[in-house]
Amino acid sequence: MGVFRLFHRHQGATPYLLLTPGLLWLGLFFLAPLGFLIYQSLESGSIVAGFGFHFSWQWSNYWDALKGYTGEFERSFEYAGLATIIALVVSYPVAYWIAFRGGRWKNLLLLFIVAPFFVTYLIRTLAWQTILADHGVVVRILIDLHLVAHGGRVLATGTAVIAGITYNFLPFMALPVYVSLEQIDQTLVEAAEDLYANKWLAFLRVTFPLSLPGVVAGTLLTFIPAAGDFINATLLGSPTSHMIGNVINSKFNGTIDYPSAAAMSFILMAVILGLVLLYARAVGTEKLTG
Amino acid sequence: MTVEAAHPPPAVAAAEYDIRLIGLTKRFGDDVVAVDDISLDIDRGHFFALLGPSGCGKTTTLRMIGGFEEPTEGRIELGGVDVAPLPPYKRDVNTVFQSYALFPHLSIFENVAFGLRRRGVKGSQLRTRVIESLELVGLAGLEKRKPRQLSGGQQQRIALARALVNRPRVLLLDEPLGALDLKLRKEMQLELKRIQHEVGITFVHVTHDQEEAMTMADRIVIMNGGHIEQLGTPTELYESPRTAFVAGFLGVSNLLEGTAVAEDRVKLADGTEVRCPREVLGGRSGTVQIGVRPEKLRIGEGAGNTLSGTVTESAYIGVSTQYILDTPAGPVTVYMQNDRPGGQVATGERLTLSWSPESTFVVDTQEGTQ
Repeated sequence: MGVFRLFHRHQGATPYLLLTPGLLWLGLFFLAPLGFLIYQSLESGSIVAGFGFHFSWQWSNYWDALKGYTGEFERSFEYAGLATIIALVVSYPVAYWIAFRGGRWKNLLLLFIVAPFFVTYLIRTLAWQTILADHGVVVRILIDLHLVAHGGRVLATGTAVIAGITYNFLPFMALPVYVSLEQIDQTLVEAAEDLYANKWLAFLRVTFPLSLPGVVAGTLLTFIPAAGDFINATLLGSPTSHMIGNVINSKFNGTIDYPSAAAMSFILMAVILGLVLLYARAVGTEKLTG
Repeated sequence: MTVEAAHPPPAVAAAEYDIRLIGLTKRFGDDVVAVDDISLDIDRGHFFALLGPSGCGKTTTLRMIGGFEEPTEGRIELGGVDVAPLPPYKRDVNTVFQSYALFPHLSIFENVAFGLRRRGVKGSQLRTRVIESLELVGLAGLEKRKPRQLSGGQQQRIALARALVNRPRVLLLDEPLGALDLKLRKEMQLELKRIQHEVGITFVHVTHDQEEAMTMADRIVIMNGGHIEQLGTPTELYESPRTAFVAGFLGVSNLLEGTAVAEDRVKLADGTEVRCPREVLGGRSGTVQIGVRPEKLRIGEGAGNTLSGTVTESAYIGVSTQYILDTPAGPVTVYMQNDRPGGQVATGERLTLSWSPESTFVVDTQEGTQ
């Protein structure tokens, strides 16, 4: 009855009118290209034969992509996964501190987290080339600490790529985590301590579970774009640390092999979607919505 | 009405104290003294109320007992042991928070089981105790719900069950009924009293509602400006307030200034002599304030003390009518029962009031805040 009445009251076209711009946008700039991408991924032909791509249910594009670039696919998820974990470990304490101890400095501290965004992605990543340069301070210290072999390097390795991704996506992790922590009523922590939980247990049983929506949002916002990233691998890695994004980029912009690139894009998307669904099931869907 | 009871602390054997506060002080920063050198003994099994206006230090006192604020000075003894240096989770005390503070991510069962689990209670024993506790507050069967699916009154009961299930030495209640509507509040007042009686645990209840404190507590401490104004049973506090603040905070009082002229006699400003019990005057001399409750005043001449004045205001309340009289000794409020028709008195009429010397109390003028 309630639903019926609600429907009745909003019988006018208003809700649909309000939805229209968003739906149009999604349709034009997401669904249509996505359809085209699928279409393209099943085309055949090559640049050698002129630009004559034609649709031919070319499923082999998918198998060839998977077979030929297994390493790049694996690296994409490995690097993105590691960067996500490191970003969480690094930003959780920072977000926690700002939320609960920041006091009147909260906004300024948050600004510091977002500050790198004022510099373009490319420049930020290029800066890491300098930071991790072979004779730079960082590498010298790492060598002194015997964390890097003598004459070894950090730049052009997977480590550099992971470091770059972690750095570039850190605010995407820190901000949602901060928001969900900031909303937690501190009386709940007092209640936990009142009920014989020490500080650590109170965190584990109350604060952390309540911050999960932020953690989930942060990991998704970090992992999904990181898995498709190629800038970090291009500027900080070497061909042996290339990710699937690099391959897609080179197929689209270099060798003009649109069908393969489209197939790879689609595989990447499907795998990410699958992983996200698994993740959502593991942590419980209600955590996704808060 | 016992007269010696007006002088705290009550005479109880030291072993019976559940909570003992000794010189407890809390300062915030350099100049804010929230709690100022409080000493207080709370007997085992009592329903004890900390009553006072907001900012009087009652909540800070409760939070210090709970372990959420560290005292600047003083001791907090729980069953004879100083717990002031201990964190909350090491104190045998549980709290019902004003906002209830139920864990939103846990079911009702897990909320109630929280403290027991921390203490290693498991399996069927855990289950039994949780269910028993829910039965005590009349909410068995809601174990699987989440807190947000319950009404405010139900959440309040769960908060109570969650604290009581641990069978603490002392239960602290921080304005637990503040968020409920009037009807539910009245219901919960009686319910809380029943539960306290049933479990026999010492309850320390913080409230600013004097009626709530009077209804529920065996003992009330009235706090003001960080210190204790008076401690006693509801009757003692109402019948024999010792300060002008207590007289004004608990119900309505007529306070009249005068001079002590004998051991049991005070001369008011207009020359009227008022008699009061010798113990009440307590050997005071010079300027004093005497008080009498409006409902103790009778209209018309009578035995004991009398005072005349002109009616300046009248308010019909239903069961009674409230009159304010302008007397030479100051304004006086009186209630008259509407127990017969045509008993109304018009504004401007002169009335004589009388009351028994036993209904007269004397307050310390220097402690008065009015």
